Amino acid sequence: MIRGKPDEDEYWNSSKFKAFTFDDEDDDFTRLKESKRAVNSIRSLVEEEDEEDDVEKVSWSGEPVGSISWSVKETASSIRSTGEVRDQSFPKINTAPSLPKNSSGYSLSSLFKAFGETSIRNYAPELRKPKSEYKVRYVYSLEKFRSLQDKLLLLDEAVNAHDGNVITAVLIYLKKSLSKENLFRELITREIALRHYIHFLKEIEEQKLLLMQYRDHLNIRDENKRRDFLKSCLSLPFSPDDATHVQDHYTLLERQIIIEANDKQVESSGQADIFKKYPRKASILNMPIITTLYYSCFYHYGESDGTYSSPANIRKTFRISDKQFLLTCLGARAKLKAWFDVDALFTTKNWLGYTKKRSPIGFHRIVDILQKNNAPVQVLQEYVNLVEDAEQKISLAQKYKCHDVIINTYRDLKDRQQLIVYRGKVERGSSEYRKIEEILSNSVR
Amino acid sequence: MMHTTASSHLTLPTVRAKMSAHLSYGRVNLNILREAARKELREFLDKCAGSKAIVWDEYLTGPFGLIAQYSLLKEHEVEKMFTLKGGRLPAADVKNIIFFVRPRLELMDIIAENVISEDKMHSPRDFHILFVPRRSMLCEQRLKEQGVLGSLINIDEYILDLIPYDGDLLSMESEGAFRECYLESDQTSLYHTAKGLMTLQALYGTIPQIFGKGECARHVANMMLRMKREFAGSQTQILPVFDSLLLLDRNIDLLTPLATQLTYEGLIDEVYGITNGYVKLPPEKFAAQKKQVEVGKDLPTEPKKMQLNSAEELYAEIRDKNFNAIGAALSKKAKIISAAFEERHNAKTVGEIKQFVSQLPHMQAARSSLANHTSIAELIKDITTSEAFFDNLTVEQEFMTGVDTDKVNTYIEDCIAQKDPLIKILRLVCMQSVCNNGLKQKILDYYKREILQTYGYEHMLTLNNLEKTGLLKPQTSTRNNYPTIRKTLKLWMEDANEQNPNDISYVYSGYAPLSIRLTQVLARPGWRSIEEVLKMLPGPHFEERQQLPAGLHKKRQQGENRTTLVFFLGGVTYAEIAALRFLSQMEDGGTEYIIATTKLINGTSWIKSLMDRPEAP
Repeated sequence: MIRGKPDEDEYWNSSKFKAFTFDDEDDDFTRLKESKRAVNSIRSLVEEEDEEDDVEKVSWSGEPVGSISWSVKETASSIRSTGEVRDQSFPKINTAPSLPKNSSGYSLSSLFKAFGETSIRNYAPELRKPKSEYKVRYVYSLEKFRSLQDKLLLLDEAVNAHDGNVITAVLIYLKKSLSKENLFRELITREIALRHYIHFLKEIEEQKLLLMQYRDHLNIRDENKRRDFLKSCLSLPFSPDDATHVQDHYTLLERQIIIEANDKQVESSGQADIFKKYPRKASILNMPIITTLYYSCFYHYGESDGTYSSPANIRKTFRISDKQFLLTCLGARAKLKAWFDVDALFTTKNWLGYTKKRSPIGFHRIVDILQKNNAPVQVLQEYVNLVEDAEQKISLAQKYKCHDVIINTYRDLKDRQQLIVYRGKVERGSSEYRKIEEILSNSVR
Repeated sequence: MMHTTASSHLTLPTVRAKMSAHLSYGRVNLNILREAARKELREFLDKCAGSKAIVWDEYLTGPFGLIAQYSLLKEHEVEKMFTLKGGRLPAADVKNIIFFVRPRLELMDIIAENVISEDKMHSPRDFHILFVPRRSMLCEQRLKEQGVLGSLINIDEYILDLIPYDGDLLSMESEGAFRECYLESDQTSLYHTAKGLMTLQALYGTIPQIFGKGECARHVANMMLRMKREFAGSQTQILPVFDSLLLLDRNIDLLTPLATQLTYEGLIDEVYGITNGYVKLPPEKFAAQKKQVEVGKDLPTEPKKMQLNSAEELYAEIRDKNFNAIGAALSKKAKIISAAFEERHNAKTVGEIKQFVSQLPHMQAARSSLANHTSIAELIKDITTSEAFFDNLTVEQEFMTGVDTDKVNTYIEDCIAQKDPLIKILRLVCMQSVCNNGLKQKILDYYKREILQTYGYEHMLTLNNLEKTGLLKPQTSTRNNYPTIRKTLKLWMEDANEQNPNDISYVYSGYAPLSIRLTQVLARPGWRSIEEVLKMLPGPHFEERQQLPAGLHKKRQQGENRTTLVFFLGGVTYAEIAALRFLSQMEDGGTEYIIATTKLINGTSWIKSLMDRPEAP
């Protein structure tokens, strides 16, 4: 354990790290209280004054009054609130500087200007009639670009302008005027244009590519349709990594559908005690695999490996790591207070038949999880005892009041002083107290 | 202190001054830009003669709030405002319906639905569209396909590229910019950036020097130079306000936004999220202040919304401090305010009392401001003193100093096992990857499997996105160059002083943001001293000069500071801004900074923008 824990004071003080701590001697936050007190003492003076904040006038919904977002809601209601809006009539200012005017037409025009620079002047922009009476708009025609070479030049210039709007306009034109093979062949060497094209296709829903196609499953509500859709994705040429994940996703949903149908039926028929005692809160459909495993450890513990819903089968099918499996299983069994199952999770037998407790995760973590699930002290202290680091063991034992562990540890360390200190902390005459007395008197030599 | 041309605006009525005055007091008067934007808006509204209703793309109301309030719209006969929704438009007895929308296809479909279902016999109303920031061919095509293009009287655009956000800060408020540039290769936002910078130069003069680092920076500079050529002839005769422009790609410094910000403002953003200059806070702490008498009665359940900017004196003072220095700052302020209120006992004569009373509103404002920030500081303290916060920060600092970045981290493992929010996990894993210049394939695969199994396979889309942007990547054969970068640029400072900082590293309690170090080195001694490191970071670095019209060359006074505009393409954090403000205030710094960005971000909002199913945990 190299990672700094708050209790590893020594590490922090000796290391180069600057911890974000609040020292007791100069605690800035006692000063927070000071300023709070100061604020309160001033209040009496201004109590009768308007208590409204100076910062912003705020409506009941918390929006600042007069702000646009507040007013959207306010004016949308059919009753017009006249008095509420702060009147902020400003004089009109004509001295305000103007922004340089240039409409979107400019973007295309700049493209044409660029052509001017590359000396293809014969493609003069075609001026059409203004479209609306409000604004004179220049519309350029791309039809002048006939040859493939010109079209590609047009595309390259558009890409150079970095204006997605223009690139898209050019792509629309090329798509209309070029055969698919020609277009794709040229796009492959022009990555940016290609990406734009994909984006464009995506937007107009003509065709989807790989992950983008996979993403579509998010929009399918019906689980059977979703499963079938995922199945259809399996044949797509994903990278090996992604292919595994998509396969797992499909397998998972397929299973969830079976488990859900079965459990729903069992639950409503009232056959199984576990569902009566702990009715299901939600369907298992579309839950992550770890959640599904938890569910399986909760409702289907002890089923034979062959069933779809058994923890062992899920573990194997989805290649769940030992740690994850243990944590998930532990969480589920502890929730059910099945301490015997918890015990079995850690017990290993060697060839002589002796049993020993092992865990891929530090026992201090196990203790935390058990404690969160309200494990009784007897169960807790068994695991506290298994913590290897003596200091950590003591601090855990103190945190969870495992007296026996503390007393035994001090006894083994032959630490009289600590035992005497600890005697002062336990209730006089209790069994712990008597135990300490006994040790102290036995060890007097 | 140099002032620009628009100081005449200071004669405006007080209410107005209150709303936007904080924009005028900085090194560069950004209120000029705001005024220009307001004028544009008024002109558009007047084009649609008669009464009108605005239908809002909800996303836009926040950014517009930084430009104008409802009152401005009301003056120009805007009688109703609605949120854009499908179906039939609500009844409103107005002549014009104006859609304020971003150029998005899905919004076009909604507009078409609105227009088609309009009862033409009953209430003939004129339809208009105002695209923000630009009209789009694709969108107009869509409207045409839907058969409503002909029903629209007027299609216009409102160029809202750079929005004045604070006295020294401009933002495009474009959430998707990083995703578009680095994931989708859609560089339209760079085009908008260049246009925004052209607008800025039209108002504040040509910027003589342009520096940059990164692919996107290069593109923007190229476009600016090209646009300048095309505009040649329409040169504005304005004395340049900015001496130089520094364009920085976000992807040259992927590390900084991933780290937890430790300034006051940065932490408010990390914990509660600041949107368009506003923060929503849990109301409990604020309720008690208001009416102690009625405890338990009418406790507000709605969050308290507060505007955060330098218009608030106290906030301007404390926003950029390390959070550990906030307690002292607030208590100092409390003493000053208490003393001011005590003055009333000394006021004997009528004149003195009058004097005291005249100061009362200001004192009350200060008191209320102090009360608010004391409450916010308490809320945040609860978080920063928690074990979870401490553990998380410990791991971040280990990664940033290069400890065990090549192993599976047990804390991350534990967090996954406990099903902590996915974004927290992704922030940490990405940070480890960035600090190790990529993860060993085995380790990367392990993290990926754990994440997919615990949070759902659909997140492979998100992981894929993170890999494409380089936030998460397998280690290639090249060696890890992060330690070299860290040492050369002094990214980790052993003894960061949180109370009285002497270096920018105070904003992350030890870590000096890479982006700001580059900015600092550029000012002095210059990038030539760090060529090696610059080569390790992605994209080209460059310098360009723009010719100034004759007679506009600035003659710098002795000791006068340079003004540099730093533009972060793809987002900037509040802590980075704090670090730049710190540099501006350094006595012998020699440079003052104005900051511009596509969007204000933090690790969470940033990762979220790259996720493919952001509503997941």
